[in-house]
Amino acid sequence: MLKIENLQASVDNKSILKGLNLNVKSGEVHAIMGPNGAGKSTLANIIAGKEEYDVTNGTMELNGEDISELSPEERAHNGVFLSFQYPVEIPGVSVTNFIKTSINETRKAKGLNDMPAKDMLKMIREKSELLEIDRKFLSRSLNEGFSGGEKKRNEIFQMAMLEPKLAILDETDSGLDIDALRIVANGVNKLKSKDNAVIVITHYQRLLDYIVPDFVHVLHDGKIVKTGDASLALELEAKGYDWIKEEISA
Amino acid sequence: MDLKEKIVSSYVAFEDGVNINSDIHEIRTEAFQNFEKLGFPSKKLEAWKYTSLNSILKEDYSIFPDKEKSITLAEVKKYFIHDIDTYKIVFIDGKYSSFLSETTHDNIDVCLMSSALSKKKYKLVIENYFNKIAKQDNLTSLNTAFSKEGAYIHIPKNTEVEKPIQIINFTTGEESATMLQPRNLIVADKNAHVQIIERHQSLTSNAALTNVVTEIFADRHSTVDLYKIQNDNIAASLVDNTFVEQQSNSVVSVHTFSFGGNITRNNLNFFQKGEHIDSILKGITIIEGKQHVDHHTLVHHIEPNCESHQDYKGIYDERSTGVFNGKVIVEKEAQKTNAYQKNNNILMNNKSTINAKPQLEIFADDVKCSHGCTIGQLDEQALFYMQQRGIPKKEAKALLMYAFANTVLESVKVPEVKERIMKLIATKLKVNIGFNI
Ligand SMILES: Nc1ncnc2c1ncn2[C@@H]1O[C@H](COP(=O)(O)OP(=O)(O)OP(=O)(O)O)[C@@H](O)[C@H]1O
Ligand SMILES: [Mg+2]
Repeated sequence: MLKIENLQASVDNKSILKGLNLNVKSGEVHAIMGPNGAGKSTLANIIAGKEEYDVTNGTMELNGEDISELSPEERAHNGVFLSFQYPVEIPGVSVTNFIKTSINETRKAKGLNDMPAKDMLKMIREKSELLEIDRKFLSRSLNEGFSGGEKKRNEIFQMAMLEPKLAILDETDSGLDIDALRIVANGVNKLKSKDNAVIVITHYQRLLDYIVPDFVHVLHDGKIVKTGDASLALELEAKGYDWIKEEISA
Repeated sequence: MDLKEKIVSSYVAFEDGVNINSDIHEIRTEAFQNFEKLGFPSKKLEAWKYTSLNSILKEDYSIFPDKEKSITLAEVKKYFIHDIDTYKIVFIDGKYSSFLSETTHDNIDVCLMSSALSKKKYKLVIENYFNKIAKQDNLTSLNTAFSKEGAYIHIPKNTEVEKPIQIINFTTGEESATMLQPRNLIVADKNAHVQIIERHQSLTSNAALTNVVTEIFADRHSTVDLYKIQNDNIAASLVDNTFVEQQSNSVVSVHTFSFGGNITRNNLNFFQKGEHIDSILKGITIIEGKQHVDHHTLVHHIEPNCESHQDYKGIYDERSTGVFNGKVIVEKEAQKTNAYQKNNNILMNNKSTINAKPQLEIFADDVKCSHGCTIGQLDEQALFYMQQRGIPKKEAKALLMYAFANTVLESVKVPEVKERIMKLIATKLKVNIGFNI
């Protein structure tokens, strides 16, 4: 599904990603962990096509196709979804209208007509139920004044509506209370299939209790320095990152 | 010959077409002398510091366009709000078009200034209201000097006009540049309610300059809502001089939508002559290229317990320029005034400019006056977020701009006008999305 080789990227001449490799296949769940400032969000943003980074080296393929020249919207149309670590507030645009526009623009890009209003409503109803989102919420301005947890839940609601092929969840667990974490994780699990893939960026094991990863990667100083199975996350939770840093410098 | 000379020397010819023995003509000639003395405004005048008319005053305007081209309804239908029933007062090159109009004398008067100025029946209203609040400055004087035709609307007391009234001025000027001086009078008696849509539309690529004066009188408990749609072609310029006088408990709103045209100057003046008055001044400006839009507003709070609400949003792309000058005067007697002014601007480009200036002159001590002015860019983070959700950049920008401007549309009471403005914004931003936010 996603194949990244030797990715190097910088911003304002500051090198952030320093030769990163990642191979995600359909049906897999990958967790990316790593200390603050390691470059996790940068990686997510670059996959999603954010333009402020200079990609100086490496390749990035989605389903065998080079996506490095595609705009963020084209990547989205190809099935890339990024749940933001810090979702942006958009005053004056309601959640409902935003998601409608989002779905219909994606359909337009695929040569399809707008989704009939009836179907759209039904889908909104189903997905908001799945994520236990209050209907009243949907008429509010997108993310404006939402609590941290509400923003995250709303990200996964949008993901449920858009049914992406590759979902990247950047610290979706942070800000969620215990019940919300379970609801959101269940939502993600419901959407999982053999045809799509999920990359979970997180600092804690608790989300991985629900969304069980096939692989756990440690990103440190712009590179993936260690890869293991689900047990690696437990080990990190118990021991922190120092032992890995020592391993590298040894 | 420069334009002023040309205008001055053609006045005698103008007099051929009007009754020079009337009281009105005395008002005209006085205004004529005033214009002759003042000439056109130059950038030396404080009020014209950021708006220069020089480039458009160079044109060789025909002052009495009489080569009226006939136009068919099909050609101009799109300039009307046509999905609802309305009264219409339509002019082509300054002359009344009975064919395109739908006027009435059934209880209310929705008709022509030319008849109001000449017929006995209207004498009293004209005596009481004509040229009573129009400022005696350069361009208003010019208009008064040549005032002859325009819309005359009089709503008697306790009348709610059941459908909106459209005032549309078309310019055809096939052979040369055209200058027009439309003169409108709107009188709403006690507890009268009326909604008006005003538009100036040039149908030619030749230069057009319209210098319009509108006087509005809102008696006690009346409401007047005026919607100005300024979406003219790039060869057309407009100086709009609107004066509003309100009595106690009246509510008057003026919404100005400026998307088109070359140079557009809006002088919008409110005088509050009673208590518990609400004055609403709102505008959306979206321009690009070398377009220029200038909003000069004045709200004069004279009596206590009144409110004014101003909300102007501007989006400027390419080399376009904007001016917002909002003056609020609160007299000593005008205690408990609540005057609110907001002016927010987005510059899409580092070549576009906005000159924004609030001017508060407050002589009362127990008042609430607020003003806020912002100038910013579109939020890049928000754009990326929207693009990530599959909304292309152009559409994402449009959606952000629309959301930004939307506070102005919220108070538009005629749904079809709101709908039309949304469509004009979508067209202006070259996107095909619904903005049903
Ligand atoms: N636009 C930018 N301009 C300057 N520096 C940046 C920019 N984006 C990221 N960085 C820097 O790159 C480094 C990696 O940031 P990134 O946000 O990717 O870290 P992270 O691994 O997601 O950290 P966290 O766990 O705290 O979310 C940091 O030092 C950050 O300050
Ligand atoms: Mg991060």
